[in-house]
Amino acid sequence: MIKTILARIQQKHRTIAFPKGEPALPDRFRGRPVVDTKKCANDCRECENVCPTDAIHCSAGSLKLDLGRCIFCGQCQQACKKGAIQFTNEYRMAARSREDLIISDAEIKLADALGTRIRRVLGRSLKLRQVSAGGCNACEADTNVLTTIVFDLGRFGIQFVASPRHADGLLITGPVTENMKLALKKTCEAIPDPKVVIAVGSCAIAGGPYINHPEVNNGADRILPVDLYIPGCPPHPLTILDGLLRLLGKFNSK
Amino acid sequence: MSKLQSLQIYNCEVSELSKIPVIPISDFRDWIIKAAQSGCRISALFGKPLDKNRVRLFAVLANDEAGTLFLSSADVEESYPSLTAECPQAHWFEREIAEQWAITPVGHPWLKPIRFHSSCRKGQDAFGRKPEDKIIPGITNFFQLTGEEIHEVAVGPVHAGIIEPGHFRFQCNGEDVFNLEISLGYQHRGIEVALIGGPNKRTIHYMETAAGDTTIGHAAAYCQIFEALCDCNVSARAQSLRAIALELERLANHTGDLGALAGDVGYLPTASFCGRIRGDFLNMTALICGNRFGRGLICPGGTGFDLEEKHLTELKGRLAKAAKDITVAVNLLWSTPSVVARFEETGTLTQKTCADLGLVGVIARACGIDRDCRFNFPSGIYQFAQVPVSTWHTGDVFARAYVRWLEIQKSLAFINNQMETLPQRHAAVPLDTLSPEKIVVSLVEGWRGEICHVALTGSDGRFSHYKIVDPSFHNWMGLSMALRDQQISDFPLCNKSFNLSYCGHDL
Ligand code: SF4
Repeated sequence: MIKTILARIQQKHRTIAFPKGEPALPDRFRGRPVVDTKKCANDCRECENVCPTDAIHCSAGSLKLDLGRCIFCGQCQQACKKGAIQFTNEYRMAARSREDLIISDAEIKLADALGTRIRRVLGRSLKLRQVSAGGCNACEADTNVLTTIVFDLGRFGIQFVASPRHADGLLITGPVTENMKLALKKTCEAIPDPKVVIAVGSCAIAGGPYINHPEVNNGADRILPVDLYIPGCPPHPLTILDGLLRLLGKFNSK
Repeated sequence: MSKLQSLQIYNCEVSELSKIPVIPISDFRDWIIKAAQSGCRISALFGKPLDKNRVRLFAVLANDEAGTLFLSSADVEESYPSLTAECPQAHWFEREIAEQWAITPVGHPWLKPIRFHSSCRKGQDAFGRKPEDKIIPGITNFFQLTGEEIHEVAVGPVHAGIIEPGHFRFQCNGEDVFNLEISLGYQHRGIEVALIGGPNKRTIHYMETAAGDTTIGHAAAYCQIFEALCDCNVSARAQSLRAIALELERLANHTGDLGALAGDVGYLPTASFCGRIRGDFLNMTALICGNRFGRGLICPGGTGFDLEEKHLTELKGRLAKAAKDITVAVNLLWSTPSVVARFEETGTLTQKTCADLGLVGVIARACGIDRDCRFNFPSGIYQFAQVPVSTWHTGDVFARAYVRWLEIQKSLAFINNQMETLPQRHAAVPLDTLSPEKIVVSLVEGWRGEICHVALTGSDGRFSHYKIVDPSFHNWMGLSMALRDQQISDFPLCNKSFNLSYCGHDL
């Protein structure tokens, strides 16, 4: 017992101050990219050519980047000699609609809160059932990590539950493989209405690196209506946490 | 092993496709069975279509002691006599061949799909399914016991926690498990098919996400293939950085596993400490490349990022702190009798079962078998900097936990060593096109065990075939055997002690 207590003292208090303090992210962290169409002068399409998931579209003076398809590999930034695409250290990028994820010069429209009616039903808690439908276990791991003492998800009233019957919503990772389609649908049906559906990771949003494989369905919203999209491959745990808290109206959307 | 029957190669050695002997299937069988009996392992066994009617089977056998690999091949049409009854290691491979290429291994004791997709030879099927039949995962003829006191428990694909999907069928008598059958395929994303015709801009991303918790391991195995095929030598610094990343991946996952094991027996201090320390290791990888799982770090020709002096200093400091924390956290386990008692003699695998099934990685080493690619088949920096092999002899949950702890210590020492002696000059080497009509085998000891990639190139210098064998592919059968004669309530603990990959298996 005494050893356990000594160990406890040695390990210290480790829960981060989020959302109060600004989190420390590594300087090489590839967060939300910004696009500057003015810099994209010559329609060279180098960025388009290197993008592994066709997330970029450039045509006559317009440059659009789909954060839903993006797997944050950073190849476009390297390819663009003019610096029209830059990955920033910004971790906030969850959105309520698929269109909001397609960015160009303008600032991204971050997710706003759920409607007051459903928020009243939820009260101060949100219980989620997680389903991995072809996820590579990175999105799963960085969702799971929210339950550790570092992020301490419970303090925000959010919890992952075992049974869909106990859940208010579904958090989906993976591109929805053909082989998981049925199980995903059934799990969603088992959640009582009204329910929230959250797609985490570029796979769950648009198919990720597996986009257009016949074995996958290019994301959750092909199967179910999605209320929140959280981009990344995988999204940083803070990106996920930020998205969940926005949905619950803990921040005012920018 | 006779010279005529097989071609001897080393890890990452390129050879002409035409040099691989093509022998009659009966000789091929005998060769594998005899080699397995004399201590060789099947690293890979796969089919590749030859023409409309024929499929060529390739086998990669590993001799751990000698550090050599043997290749051979045989042509088959619709069926061949199965190996599995005489060589249990072949079990899962033969089912994969049947599913992918509609070749029936006649006499296979458990012939059923492993991933539940239609065969790649259109219109043909080893399981007698018609083209119009819908293939539903988990629907197959499970091994069943009957009797008044027998009951069956079915779990999954969706499990209780945040975990990938798989289906488990237990045949029980009261609390006791007679048999556990594991049925996977829910994560199948069609990676191997998509790799053919590559390399292209998606290839590295398939590797990084084949099993996302093994991003470094699979990406490194692929890059070794790429570099071997275009005869490029990666700089010593890049090799060292790759090894640091690989060991950080091992540290993060082993730490997470020990925490999860502690949590499963209700010992919360270590569970919560390790949950956090695992993140510290992931953040060290992010320090190097910006991503916690190492996305973008390993790329053909070298590494995508170099360690600047400030990063190196930061990394050293963080590693020292984490080393202290993990030592305190894990030692609590060994000094808590209730934890040790729960770990000991749970889910025991004998060394014989382990050898018969050709299990790899932590699971094999926890059965007292010296099997570690970093030692047996060293590539990259491991040829010069050895990591001693860690084993324990009891084959139970305790052994699997303890080997992880031993490896954590060795990995910490290894990374420290590498950081002290990090070679200068980071140069990403320019890459050429791949050499045509070649074959190369690349082995990497990922945190779960041996990762085996085999690439064949066509006359155009593109992949005509690419085989990925994740360590989980070998080891799922081990979990099944470890559960025999255990209580069903031991399943979560045994499962955590294996912590196998679903997506790495399903591809
Ligand atoms: S989005 Fe990326 S990290 Fe997440 S499951 Fe897909 S491949 Fe893995």
